[in-house]
Amino acid sequence: MRYIEHDIVVKRMNGRNVVNKLFKSIFLLATLSALLALVILLYQIVSQGASHLSIDFLTNFASRFPAEAGIKAALVGSIWLMLVVAPTSIILGVGSAIYLEEYAGKNRITTFIQMNISNLAGVPSVVFGLLGLTIFVRALALGNSILAAGFTMSLLILPVIIVASQEAIRSVPGELRDASYGMGATKWQTIVRIILPAAIPGILTGSILALSRAIGETAPLIVVGVPVIIQFLPEGVMDTFTALPMQIYDWSSRPQQEFQQVAAAGIIVLMSVLLLMNSVAVFIRNKFEKRY
Amino acid sequence: MSTTQAINNRSKTAGLEQESSQATSTSSVYDTKQLNLWYGDNHALKNIDLDIKQNEVTAIIGPSGCGKSTYLKTLNRMVELVPNVKTSGQIMYRGRNIFDKDYSVEELRTRVGMVFQKPNPFPKSIYDNIAYGPRIHGIKNKKILDEIVEKSLRGAAIWDEVKDRLNENAYSISGGQQQRICIARALAIEPDVILMDEPTSALDPISTLKIEELVQELKKDYSIIIVTHNMQQAARISDKTAFFLNGEVIEYDNTDTIFSNPSDKRTEDYISGRFG
Ligand SMILES: Nc1ncnc2c1ncn2[C@@H]1O[C@H](COP(=O)(O)OP(=O)(O)O)[C@@H](O)[C@H]1O
Ligand SMILES: [Mg+2]
Repeated sequence: MRYIEHDIVVKRMNGRNVVNKLFKSIFLLATLSALLALVILLYQIVSQGASHLSIDFLTNFASRFPAEAGIKAALVGSIWLMLVVAPTSIILGVGSAIYLEEYAGKNRITTFIQMNISNLAGVPSVVFGLLGLTIFVRALALGNSILAAGFTMSLLILPVIIVASQEAIRSVPGELRDASYGMGATKWQTIVRIILPAAIPGILTGSILALSRAIGETAPLIVVGVPVIIQFLPEGVMDTFTALPMQIYDWSSRPQQEFQQVAAAGIIVLMSVLLLMNSVAVFIRNKFEKRY
Repeated sequence: MSTTQAINNRSKTAGLEQESSQATSTSSVYDTKQLNLWYGDNHALKNIDLDIKQNEVTAIIGPSGCGKSTYLKTLNRMVELVPNVKTSGQIMYRGRNIFDKDYSVEELRTRVGMVFQKPNPFPKSIYDNIAYGPRIHGIKNKKILDEIVEKSLRGAAIWDEVKDRLNENAYSISGGQQQRICIARALAIEPDVILMDEPTSALDPISTLKIEELVQELKKDYSIIIVTHNMQQAARISDKTAFFLNGEVIEYDNTDTIFSNPSDKRTEDYISGRFG
């Protein structure tokens, strides 16, 4: 007696193929609708803002007159912000990930820490703003400086960097660790010479994506008290500053129609920065393609 | 190390007539006494007694899960990387108990090299793979590193195949070549003992043959302990064979004796393929 009747299988084949095709179209549709939304958004912004884009726009400070309004202070401010956020969050994040993956034992305390890191990744950014206001702006008396805002942003993206780095470290094959320990390497030598080099593509891609989140965040900056209208460039991390999303938010909330175009031009600049960061991430991922 | 060398030299100059007396007096590298090991509640090694001799190939055979890899990993204390491992008993390596509190695992592992089941070169150049061990032990001089790399690759019989591509990634060569790179990498720390855990199980027959020949060559200078589930391989390349079953050593003797005239019924059953 046979369990698989081939004739029946062939007869049912048509129905199976139809279902197969149906789902394929549904998924294609889902992808296309996301793509469509993106295209519409880009079209709107570019058609609104392109007319205002110019070298002057990049080199002018903010102004009451839309025609003269420029993004210089915000662009430079955002770069300063990143100069604080990138080292702070990457050093702390990768350090925590190394500790959790390589040193910490698997006990209740580490499970608790791990769970809270994942939870922190989901906390709204306004809450991090309040934390920054209490700790950095007030308690440590850093005021509304680049340093205070940078530390606040670092806290915001730290959980994401930790989780991404942990995953990158975990994906390094155990056989490589064994080979290193088997030759008498210490844990630290194994981490520095084997694990980190193999994990760096993953760590960097995760970190850059986290940084591009930080560069687009507004809420924590508002809470920390970062001003909008600034007519000078910061000279150090203790100076105050403004950032791209703050500036864009300000322009878009002004009544004059012309400022909407200025805001759109600002968005184009912000998106270009994001695109640049993401291409760096893709470049790193391709360049260090893994070989095992 | 110097005593090893001295003994090597002596046995080379000793001549044929003294060969038999030499054989009986060869010193042991590893003397395992009443070793027990638990993974949590799993009693994986039970009262192991094994005396492993210098400049011999000792094969460890037995069915899957009988504790062969566990025993091998205990010899260089790699097993301690597994959480919740407990041991009791002694393993005397060259007269010192490796479980002594003041015996550093790093020191032990520079004397005892290991080759794993699956070739596991680092994702680095062939040169950097071989130089890894010497570098972590503090050798920075480029000329010395060059010499060690060449010597080790020659020792693993792969120098001619890779000498023009030392800067290529170690993953660009075949699996069999990768495994010999791993052997060369272990030789580069100038070990006394080489542990091999089924080093040919992932390889094709020709690569397997090359590694078996290499093992024969290496035993002149090193003591080799090799786990294998391939009994023909054990018979071909080893001097002594230990048969493991359910975490116990059932029989340990000269390979010829084990394969032609085993004293335990279970050994005979296993060897004749009645289980395993
Ligand atoms: N990392 C580990 N954690 C827990 N138990 C293990 C581990 N490795 C091996 N064991 C157990 O120890 C016993 C012996 O395993 P192993 O030494 O790998 O056998 P073999 O190499 O002879 O196939 C098995 O029962 C196995 O399940
Ligand atoms: Mg095994």
